[in-house]
Amino acid sequence: MLDKVLFYFFAGIAVASAALMVTRRNVVHSAIFLITALLATAGIFLQLRAEFLFIVQIILYVGGIMVLFVFVIMLVNLDVALHQIQFARQKWVALFVALALAGQAGVMFWTSGKMPGQGFPVLTAEAAEHLPANSETVAHSLFESYLLPFEIASVLLLVAMIGAVVMAKKRT
Amino acid sequence: MNAVFQATIEFLKLYWAPLLCGVAVVAILPLIAGYIVLVERKIMADMQARLGPMRVGPHGLLQPIADAVKLLIKEDIIPDNADKLVFWLAPVLSVGAALLSLAGLAIGPAFQIAQDINIGILFVVGISALGIFGIVLGGWASNSHYSLMGALRSSAQLVSYETAAGMALVSALLFTGTLNIKSIVEAQSKEGIWFVMLAPVAFFTYLVASIAETNRAPFDLPEAESELVAGYMTEFSGFRWSLYFLAEYTNMIVVASVATTLFLGGWLRPFAKVSWLNFLDFAPPVLMIAIAAYCVLRVPKQPTRVQQLFMLAVAGLCFVVALVLAAPVVLPVIKPLLREAVAPFYAGIHGGFWFIFKVSAYIYLFMWLRFTLPRYRFDQLMRLGWHFLIPLSIINVLLVGVASIAGAYFHLQGWGLLLVTTPAAIFALVAAFLILAIEKEHDTRKDQTAASDFYAG
Repeated sequence: MLDKVLFYFFAGIAVASAALMVTRRNVVHSAIFLITALLATAGIFLQLRAEFLFIVQIILYVGGIMVLFVFVIMLVNLDVALHQIQFARQKWVALFVALALAGQAGVMFWTSGKMPGQGFPVLTAEAAEHLPANSETVAHSLFESYLLPFEIASVLLLVAMIGAVVMAKKRT
Repeated sequence: MNAVFQATIEFLKLYWAPLLCGVAVVAILPLIAGYIVLVERKIMADMQARLGPMRVGPHGLLQPIADAVKLLIKEDIIPDNADKLVFWLAPVLSVGAALLSLAGLAIGPAFQIAQDINIGILFVVGISALGIFGIVLGGWASNSHYSLMGALRSSAQLVSYETAAGMALVSALLFTGTLNIKSIVEAQSKEGIWFVMLAPVAFFTYLVASIAETNRAPFDLPEAESELVAGYMTEFSGFRWSLYFLAEYTNMIVVASVATTLFLGGWLRPFAKVSWLNFLDFAPPVLMIAIAAYCVLRVPKQPTRVQQLFMLAVAGLCFVVALVLAAPVVLPVIKPLLREAVAPFYAGIHGGFWFIFKVSAYIYLFMWLRFTLPRYRFDQLMRLGWHFLIPLSIINVLLVGVASIAGAYFHLQGWGLLLVTTPAAIFALVAAFLILAIEKEHDTRKDQTAASDFYAG
């Protein structure tokens, strides 16, 4: 029961703040609601007993990326942005994409409800001492089973970083 | 609604003890922060050869309470053009993040609010980093140029130094193989050596980065009063302002506790495994009795009756603490049979004492540096972070990693590990000097060409 209530609590916050983030006119308010949505998602991870994902979500997305977002927003001239029309020429495309996504989600709901044993995962509350050590499990799967994809992803990130440095460097 | 009610009951049944501890921490921490401020003022006064606060209570001992009352009843001013909601939210965010990160810390083996979480140290570091939003949003919401500049500086500083701090933590964590706070301290107890000996360069990096992260002098650029009035908290007054201060001092406690846990052996006594140094167990009660005796000695010097009584009360408090500390070490000496029964109390009480002692020492180091070093310029601060600390910490992680693999290969343990980690530290030092030399050469070359560049720096 506790798990269910917590899930709906965090999911509700995430959905509501995501909606607010899109509709707010003020960029800083949008950023605050995006932070709230990300934190609520982290809460769902924690409620699913994925501690490591929870803290990585907070450190990377909230503590890293969002700080940079807010930093950039502060440097932008907000008064100009406030008076511009923000939802220009995307109305119909956006509606179409949103309806398609909603349809897909609906189909998934429908089919998963029909199939026995394959519906929504049923959460069983387990005490903390019965759980496997979370960060160790993640480390084993990253560095043993999926070492090659992990290395490829790191190289990709490194390439992106070097590219950014080269582009940002002053041409003297 | 029924479901929510049931869930609440279930939640309270499971978590009533941590909740109570949390409430206690939230209630006590402002008092502790206030007294840290008093100690800081006293140390500053001592270093500047004056007395510091002396009027309120004996030796100014009641000054924090007077300050708190003053701040609470001050007028709460919100600027006209401020974003009211964000202005309200920002200080709360700062304090909330700082207090929440305290939950993961273990003050001695017995006192920990969030018991044995697997991600331990990551939780503390990650949550306390969220406090930056309070600063940035507060600076933005006040709608003032000084505040915004302070907020921008602060976020740039925190992002730059978090990398160095994280790398320093990684180098120490290489020896533990776990993120759990209790296991980290137990690993140091098993090795019989603190990680500050194994990774001294990482400790240095963490020290510098943690000062920068808590926005304290010599890195207190976000609130540099000579250029920015008070930085991000220029427009804040009264209780909101004191919330920012509470957050800053809580953050100091958090970084000091992380450093203590990872590098300084957590709650372990110095040389916990050396049996002929066991007499060190008697040091805590003797120290407290000495403080109590000093207070009693000072009683006749107090000018008024109330102050004399207060001084006696402080002496009594110290004496009670001394008794509590003495009980678990003196009882086994009188009755050896009690040794087993007393052991958990000994671990809890003395563990707590040593942890708090080390945290205080670390915070004292912060204050010492604050009153000794002049403030950095902002570009110097950024250069120190990006050009010196981050490369050094990355090199150090590599070297410490090689050292720990070598240690495992040669089956080294405890003090034997020094055989491989000392060369690593020396290599890291050489690297540090190389980085400095490259920087210096870069600088001199820049100076030669910068003669006509008016916008340089």
